[in-house]
Amino acid sequence: MDSVVVNHIVKTYGDVRALTDISLTVEAGELFGLIGPDGAGKTTLFRILTTLLLPDSGSALVCGLDVAKDWREIRTRVGYMPGRFSLYQDLSVEENLSFFATVFNTTVKENYDLIRDIYVQIEPFKNRRAGKLSGGMKQKLALCCALIHRPDVLLLDEPTTGVDPVSRVEFWDMLDRLKKQGIGILVSTPYMDEASRCDRIALMRDGRCFTTGSPGHVCQSFQKLVYSVRSANMYKLLADVRSWPGTYACYTFGDSHHLTLKDDAPNLENLETCLKEKGHTDVLLNPVKPGVEDCFMELGAN
Amino acid sequence: MKILLYLLEKECKQIKRDRFLPKVIFIIPVLQLAILPFAANFEIRNINISIVDNDHSVYSQRLTEKIRSSGYFKLSDISLNYEDGLASIENDKSDILIEIPVNFEKDLGKEGEARVLIAANAINGTKGGLGSSYLSGIIQDFNSELGYGFSQAAGGIASKYLYNPRLNYKNYMVPGIMVFLLTLIGGFLSALNIVSEKEKGTIEQINVTPLSKSLFLLSKLIPFWIIGFILLTIGIFIAWLLYGLIPVGSFGVIYLFAAIYLIAFTGFGLAISSISSNQQQAMFTAFFFIIIFALMSGLFTPISSMPEWAQWLTLFNPLRYFIDVMRMVYLKGSLLSDLSVHFFVICLFAIFFNVLAVIGYRKSN
Repeated sequence: MDSVVVNHIVKTYGDVRALTDISLTVEAGELFGLIGPDGAGKTTLFRILTTLLLPDSGSALVCGLDVAKDWREIRTRVGYMPGRFSLYQDLSVEENLSFFATVFNTTVKENYDLIRDIYVQIEPFKNRRAGKLSGGMKQKLALCCALIHRPDVLLLDEPTTGVDPVSRVEFWDMLDRLKKQGIGILVSTPYMDEASRCDRIALMRDGRCFTTGSPGHVCQSFQKLVYSVRSANMYKLLADVRSWPGTYACYTFGDSHHLTLKDDAPNLENLETCLKEKGHTDVLLNPVKPGVEDCFMELGAN
Repeated sequence: MKILLYLLEKECKQIKRDRFLPKVIFIIPVLQLAILPFAANFEIRNINISIVDNDHSVYSQRLTEKIRSSGYFKLSDISLNYEDGLASIENDKSDILIEIPVNFEKDLGKEGEARVLIAANAINGTKGGLGSSYLSGIIQDFNSELGYGFSQAAGGIASKYLYNPRLNYKNYMVPGIMVFLLTLIGGFLSALNIVSEKEKGTIEQINVTPLSKSLFLLSKLIPFWIIGFILLTIGIFIAWLLYGLIPVGSFGVIYLFAAIYLIAFTGFGLAISSISSNQQQAMFTAFFFIIIFALMSGLFTPISSMPEWAQWLTLFNPLRYFIDVMRMVYLKGSLLSDLSVHFFVICLFAIFFNVLAVIGYRKSN
């Protein structure tokens, strides 16, 4: 059975369209990533799926249950981790965990096997107040609390925002292990590099859901050729490349710029000579495989 | 049941771990009960009086002496004429003036009657009103000493103060202030509680659990209920220690009323809490209502002296009923059967506020 099914959901706040006709499916045991910048509507979608909000139109099923009708049942079967840390900061790690276990009418002992891998990492601090934990530790605790009632679906709203790179990698490793247990996971993130850790992704922007598919599939659907451009003066280079008539778009991408060309662009040698005329040295132009971020920037350009 | 116990344990831990709250909870009652009854005193003393004596006779001298020795008045000046006396009031040097006319002694002796003029500054209405009535009392006294007026024939007016024989203002204030304390704890603390969960975002996590709303609200209500009881006990102890005040009636009646009253006011706090989205809003709303409740409760000014429409409004003020009950039990020893109407009304308030809290909490989602 599919863990999450979203059918043509629309949600508006007054004049603001937060979600416009969103549809997607998360299968059981699948790690599905919602990739999009702040304000794309990711949190609104999560709030609908966790039965905190009702959509204006469209329907959504979580574990085969309707979010509008079977909200009570859904709440016992979903593990939710809000974007903002929302455990009790004045309770200790252990107290938080047993609090949420009790609220879900279960015990820590009963489901300890599910959280063991994660919990052992924070166990040395189990008597520390949750508010005094580091960012990465907080996320691990929050994940433990979201898992303590053995949910069938895990909804994680930007779990890695504000977490250091090492903890982020660890976090995704944990999600990999969880999905192997058959839990369907819907996770949102503003970080493009995390997209490759998902089985499938959906690109979201301004309340719309664009390309959906595996990260590889999304990148393949990118029609244009992508080149990486480098020179000694990267800052000037960006402006100069953008002013070249054949440039469709050019963005900073790590230590190089990614360039896409117009269909009728002159050949690249023209660009190279053009750049050299403008005083650039060490110009390097190489074709690269398009990544998720390239697809995303393309969405923005459209 | 197990869940409720666990929720309560969590609330208690949180209150205990708060650096600020436990101290405030216990310092407030001590301070309020130790300071307010002395400060909120309505006996008016030290009224500045200006005397215009146009007669300069033995009688006028005696009257002046009598006024000065009454203890209520402080002689600010002796003016030459009425205009000077009025100027003294205008300059705020005196609050009241009395003019003794020329031939005061002569007229009194000859005709058995003489008129004095009293003029009071009524900017401070209480001071002016009480001052002139004290002054009339003194003049009446003066009359009867000399054997004039009707008072001798009537045998004088004897008054006896029931239930508070020495008219001690503190006996009247302390039970009222205890009620005010319970209102503060029940109303404010609970108003801030749910809102703080909203601000910290923890309510988001609670809302996605299958926990029922009434159970959640109950876990918020019970701790403040218990704190209220502890406070009341401390208050009763302080009243005995500082003012030697022991209720004439039974403690049982006081605690019974307190129990229901606390349910009412924690409900009031929770209702505000569930419709506000941050602590500022909750604080301001609670403050607004509690100030109105306090001023219209009869704690400071007697309800019977309010205009009729205001008296009607006080019927919707829970504070009014409980203050009434406390004073009656403390000073008069009223029984539960004497207070059945009060009991019924406070129960209604308890139901009303808590229903409001549940509805408000639902709607906020």
